[in-house]
Amino acid sequence: MDPLFFLLFAFIAVACGVNVVLQKHPISSALSLVAVMASLAVLYLLQGAEFIAMAQMIVYAGAIMVLFIFVIMLLNAGPEETKGRSWAALIFGVPAIIGLMGALAYFMQTGMPELGSVKFGDWKGGGAYEVGYALFTEYLLPFEVTSVLILIAIVGAIVLARKEID
Amino acid sequence: MDPAQVAETLKHGAVPTAWYLALSAVLFVIGVAGFILRRNIITVFMCIELMLNAVNLSFIAFAHEHKQVAGHLFTFFVMVVAAAEAAVGLAIILTVFRNRSTLNIDEIESLKN
Amino acid sequence: MEFLVITGVKLALILFIFMTALAYLQWVERKVIAHVQVRMGPSRVGPHGLLQPLADVIKLITKEGVLPPHVNKFYYLAAPFFAVFMALISISIIPFGTDLTIPAITLGGATYGPWKTMMELADVNVGVLLILAVSSLGVYGIALAGWSSNNKYALLGGLRSSAQMISYELPMSLAIAAPLLTAGSLSLRTIADTQTGFYFGVIPHWAIFQFPAPQIFSFIIFMIAAFAETNRIPFDLPEAENELVAGFHVEYSSMSFAAFFMAEYANMVTVCSVATILYLGGWQPLFPASLGSDLIAPLLLAGCGAICLYHGLHPARPFDRITLPVFAVVFFGLAGLMAFPPTIPILMPIFWFLAKLLFLLFLFVWIRATLPRFRYDQLMGFAWKFLFPVALLNLLITGFLVALAS
Repeated sequence: MDPLFFLLFAFIAVACGVNVVLQKHPISSALSLVAVMASLAVLYLLQGAEFIAMAQMIVYAGAIMVLFIFVIMLLNAGPEETKGRSWAALIFGVPAIIGLMGALAYFMQTGMPELGSVKFGDWKGGGAYEVGYALFTEYLLPFEVTSVLILIAIVGAIVLARKEID
Repeated sequence: MDPAQVAETLKHGAVPTAWYLALSAVLFVIGVAGFILRRNIITVFMCIELMLNAVNLSFIAFAHEHKQVAGHLFTFFVMVVAAAEAAVGLAIILTVFRNRSTLNIDEIESLKN
Repeated sequence: MEFLVITGVKLALILFIFMTALAYLQWVERKVIAHVQVRMGPSRVGPHGLLQPLADVIKLITKEGVLPPHVNKFYYLAAPFFAVFMALISISIIPFGTDLTIPAITLGGATYGPWKTMMELADVNVGVLLILAVSSLGVYGIALAGWSSNNKYALLGGLRSSAQMISYELPMSLAIAAPLLTAGSLSLRTIADTQTGFYFGVIPHWAIFQFPAPQIFSFIIFMIAAFAETNRIPFDLPEAENELVAGFHVEYSSMSFAAFFMAEYANMVTVCSVATILYLGGWQPLFPASLGSDLIAPLLLAGCGAICLYHGLHPARPFDRITLPVFAVVFFGLAGLMAFPPTIPILMPIFWFLAKLLFLLFLFVWIRATLPRFRYDQLMGFAWKFLFPVALLNLLITGFLVALAS
């Protein structure tokens, strides 16, 4: 079952990831990205990361991407114009990207031969209890620092968005 | 990883960790490609999110590989940072659009030269 | 194999009952609002309008689905599907009763069973988080419907709904976090099980009464946020009919229009079930069985039957002479079933769960008939300046009390 699920959701993730790049309209890109995030959440679940999978859905798909769609709707952003695109970049760029992709994947496969395997349910260390325990003991300082970061982000967003320009 | 070993892993209903890493690499490269190719500032921003997600996947894969929860925590922090980044970034995009009424990154170039 | 069959049967049963209940929820809402406003409500189709939902469904299916020329076709057609899908998915992890054991049957020499199963589709370790995740995805259906309609009213409705749902999700999550501190688990079944028992033999162990930190404020915050998450009055700004015509579903007709309504009612049921499990003890009775809580259900149903019988014998309308005695017989039959000893351990939890669920659903309808709509700035101010700080304070105090008590 595991390889089947992996292949299915990996395919969805890659197809929707390509769609993010290819779609002309930002809304289509945003929704494809939501699909990528959802399939990644399933892959996290397969690796026993229950809490992170749910956090991925709540934070990424449920909050960040809704914010993106909100802004796209608010600005009523239309499809992107394609003029001024250099053909040379496309002709040389696409093969280069495919090459880079292939090389990266190849080195992943060969460079670490002693890597193990992932089977659903063989490691249960990713539940809410384990993550929460580590978060509030060993990683307390980073956790507090991120809260300060969020405070800064809130203040920054308010300052940026409320400024009236005429 | 040689094919025989992969076949053995698959027969036991497991997936090699390397496959997860390869998927992560593929998604990351797609994100990079979008970041370079696209002109719409919002789409460029979304490609950054895609790259962050790809990195998260490899964090989770390594967490499973080493049976340690630390990878999950890194992913958690990446999510928090991404949320903060999205809030500020989208506020910046709103301000830029208000000033220039365009989302094309080629036209937002007053800092050039 | 056995697991698959049992799950399939459960799935079919739950889906059938849930869908019918959704259709009848509409009838209940119209009837209750009508009676609040001293009207009759639907009363033409079938006795007391009981066949009205069926008539509505037939009407909506057979109507022409208009596809306006100016819409973005793909997203316009996909949005209602998405809304319904996200609304229905979370019902699969709601537990509504204790374990169920079906006794073994012997058929032609071979013995089948006994089967043991839980009264829910799936018990998920992170059930509460899953509910939150799915409910936060529900906003896409509405936002996309608003955007793809290519209509300014619909767009405003979609914008309002996405802003409103992001804002009210925060107090909702913080409110949910507080009872989780006392329960110590994220699985809905475990949470309901921790609320078993009684203080001094009378006060139930429900989270709203629970010892170190009663969660009454958390419950109120959750319910307020739930109204906003389901786009119900007083927070129905995305579809405010006297400002935005019909908001995000202005361009929808026929089944795709019905889909949004179904999603709204399904969300209501989900949210009320979650509130029941988290705060009202799920299927735990209000007072112990030693004081006769098992008698409540048959007495209540028998009482309903008696009232129907009385009004059937003294009819106000001609057809009451036939219909009300029939209802009385149905009620008496249900009462008998509830009083029948072998079925008590199975039916009593379901009865208590449904009783609490229906009470909360009635609350939704009651408030719709009572309160006016918020203004948009009031809505946002209420979420960020009042609900959010109160929920945070409640979480802080709960955490403090739980730490002191342990």
